[in-house]
Amino acid sequence: MSNAPVLRPNRLPLRLHIPEPVARPGEAAHFGNLALAEAGAVARPDIDTVEADVRHLPYTLIRVLDDDGHAVGPWAPGLDAEQLIAGLAAMLRTRIFDDRLFRAHRQGKTSFYMKCTGEEAIAVAQSMALGRNDMCFPTYRMLGWLMARDYPLDALVNQIFSNAADPLAGRQLPILYSARDYGFYSLSGNLGSRFGHAVGWAMASAYRGDEGIALGMVGDGTTAEGDFHEALTFAAVYRAPVILCVTNNQWAISSFTGIAGAETATFAAKALAYGIPGLRVDGNDFLAVWAATQWAAERARANLGSTLIEFVTYRVAGHSTSDDPTQYRPKDEADHWPLGDPVDRLKAHLIAIGVWDEERHAALTKQLDDEVKAAVKAAEAVGTLGASKPPVGEMFECVFKDADWRIDEQRTELGL
Amino acid sequence: MNMIEAINSAMDVMLARDDKVVVMGEDVGFFGGVFRATAGLQKKHGKTRVFDTPINECGIIGVAVGMGAYGLRPVPEIQFADYIYPGLDQLVSEAARLRYRSANDFICPMTVRTPFGGGIFGGQTHSQSPESIMTHICGVKTVIPSNPYDAKGLLIAAIEDNDPVVFLEPKRIYNGPFSGYYDRPVEPWSKHAASVVPEDYYRIELGKAATIREGEAVTVLVYGTMVHVAKTIIDELAIDAEIIDLRTLVPLDIEAIETSVKKTGRCLIIHEATRTSGFGAELAALVQERCFYHLEAPVERVTGFDTPYPHSLEWAYFPGPVRIATALNKILKD
Repeated sequence: MSNAPVLRPNRLPLRLHIPEPVARPGEAAHFGNLALAEAGAVARPDIDTVEADVRHLPYTLIRVLDDDGHAVGPWAPGLDAEQLIAGLAAMLRTRIFDDRLFRAHRQGKTSFYMKCTGEEAIAVAQSMALGRNDMCFPTYRMLGWLMARDYPLDALVNQIFSNAADPLAGRQLPILYSARDYGFYSLSGNLGSRFGHAVGWAMASAYRGDEGIALGMVGDGTTAEGDFHEALTFAAVYRAPVILCVTNNQWAISSFTGIAGAETATFAAKALAYGIPGLRVDGNDFLAVWAATQWAAERARANLGSTLIEFVTYRVAGHSTSDDPTQYRPKDEADHWPLGDPVDRLKAHLIAIGVWDEERHAALTKQLDDEVKAAVKAAEAVGTLGASKPPVGEMFECVFKDADWRIDEQRTELGL
Repeated sequence: MNMIEAINSAMDVMLARDDKVVVMGEDVGFFGGVFRATAGLQKKHGKTRVFDTPINECGIIGVAVGMGAYGLRPVPEIQFADYIYPGLDQLVSEAARLRYRSANDFICPMTVRTPFGGGIFGGQTHSQSPESIMTHICGVKTVIPSNPYDAKGLLIAAIEDNDPVVFLEPKRIYNGPFSGYYDRPVEPWSKHAASVVPEDYYRIELGKAATIREGEAVTVLVYGTMVHVAKTIIDELAIDAEIIDLRTLVPLDIEAIETSVKKTGRCLIIHEATRTSGFGAELAALVQERCFYHLEAPVERVTGFDTPYPHSLEWAYFPGPVRIATALNKILKD
C-alpha cells in the first residue's frame, strides 16, 4: 500500500479572491450594485426599540429628501427655514474654503490640504444637531463641523499656513485642527486611534452624571483598523453614550470599499454582532444625516447606549493634495454618483419649500466667498508657510506640562 | 505592607481623595486583579470607579485616553507588560502627543500600571522588561519602584501627574526583595525597612533617584528588582559601591548620576532588559558625555542577553550575582 495522498480530481483548486471595484480608469462608471431605497421608505423606530427589532436597518438606506426636493417620510426632522439656511451656508462655506485652500496649496502657500467635497452634509448636520457640551472625535474630512459652529476662519488658515498665529504653534500638519471649545477633538494623522477616545469620553461623561455625549467618526477604510472593533466592543459593553459613525465615501485613497470588507456586507451591518443598532443613511441628504444623528443622540441621552451609523456618500475630490484619483478610478465617476450633491439637494429643498431662490443663493455664495477671501488675506498678512513661523521655542513647549532637564538643555543647544 | 499592598493602598488613597480617579483593566474589578493589586477596591469604591474591561489592551489604553481628555484621572492596568504592545499605538501616537499636538487643548493625565520583569519562570510573555520602549516615547514618563514605600509614594505622584505615566511594577519583588540567588528562600518584605508604609497619603516626587548605599569605589545605576540583586552581591563582596536606585527613568535624576560618577570615577549599569538599545545604553551615553574626564574605567553594563526571555534557561539569562560580581571586578581591576 502506498502512503501517497489520495488525489481528488473532482475538487476545484483553491483560488485567492482579490476584490476589484466595478470600474477602473477608462471604464464606464456605475453604481448599480449600491443598495438604495426611496426617500421616506424606511420606518423610524422609537429610540427605545431593542436592537433585535431593528436588524433590517443596516441593509436599507434612510433618506428624507426625494428627487423633487421634498422632505418625506417619518425621518423628516422638521427643521425650520432658519436652521436649513444656516446648514446650507455652513456647507457652502466649507466648500468655498476647501476650494480656495486647495488652490493655496497649488500656489505653494502650504504643504498639504485635504478637501471634503461632496461630504459636507455629514459634518455640518451633525455639528448642528448635537449640543455645545457634546464632543466630536472627527476625521480630517470634517471641516464642516467647525464651519457650522462659526470657528474663526482666519484661525483655520493660520493653522494651514503654520504661521506665527497658528493656534497649534506650527506643530501639526495642515488641517489637523484642535478646538475643544467648539466640541472638536484634537486630530491626528493616525487613522482610527481616536475612535476609542470617543467611547472613553462618553464613559467619563456617564460616570460623572453629566449631559454631554460623544460622536466618533472614521472613514470606510479605517473600519479595518483594530480601533474600530475596540471602540464598538467597549461602547457596547458599557452602553456608552456615544454615536459611532462611518463616512463611507467609497474610497480609501486608491482602494475601494471591497478592500475594507464591504463587498457583500455594509459597514452599518458591523453593528449587528456588537448588539447595538446600525443605521445606514444617505450621507448627501442633510435632513437624513440630521435625523439619524438626532435619533442616536436621543438614545445615548436616554442611557440606551451607542449606535453605529454608516453615512453613504462619495469622495468627489482626490484623497489629498498628494493624490491623483484619475490613476485608479474613472474620471467621471462622481457624475454617476446616485445620491447627488449635498449642497444642491438642500438648496433644491429650500427652493421647493419656498424660502430660497437663485438670487439669494448667489448672494450668499458671494458673501461667503468674500469672508473666506478676507480670512486668507488676513492669514497671508501674517505669513504663508515658511514666510512666517511660530517662535522656535514653541517646539519645546507642551511635551509635558513642565519641561524636564533634557528639554531645557536641548532648548539651550539651539541658543534659546 | 508588601509591594502589592502598597500599590493597592496608593489606589485606595487616591480613589478616596479624588473622585476623578478610576481604576480599570482585565480582572481588576470583582476579582481584585491577578496579582491582587486591586483587591477590595471595587467593593469599597463602587463598580463605576473600579471595573473590569474586555481583553483588549489597545481598547483599555484608548478608552483611558478619552477619559483623561474629559477630565478624569484613569489608572488602567495592563496585566503583564509583555501585553502592552497592542496598546503601544495609543501610548506613542495618542497619549504621548495629545498635549503637544493640541497645544494644551487636551491633556492625558493617565497612569498605566503594568507588572514587568523576570525571575518568576514566566517564559517569553510574562517576563519582559520593555522600559526602553517607553523611555523612547517623547511625552511619556516612566516610573519603576523597587520597594513598597516607594511604590506607594511614586504611584500617588504618578496618578496626580498631569502627563501620561507608565508605571512598571517589578513583579518578582511584589512579595519580597529578591537577592538574585534563586536557590535561597525568599525573604518577605516584613523584614525590610521599606515595608513600613504609612496608611495615608504621601508622595515621592517623580524624577528623584534614591541612594541605596553610599560608596566611593564605583557607582551602580539600577532600578526595580535589580536594586536588591545588586545590593546583595555588593554586600557579600564588601565592595564600597554607591548604589543608585533611579526610581524614575523619565524624568531621570541626572544630577544624582553625575554627582556620584564624578565622585567614584567608575560606573556599572544593571538591568534585566535586553542589552541592545536598552535603557542602559542611554545611561552609558549620558555618563560618558557628562563624566568623561572623571572616568577611570569603561562604563560596564550587565543586562539580559539579546534573546527572547527563555523559560527553563531563565537563570542563565537573568543578570544574577555571578555576572554582576564579574563586571564589578573588571571595573575595579585598575
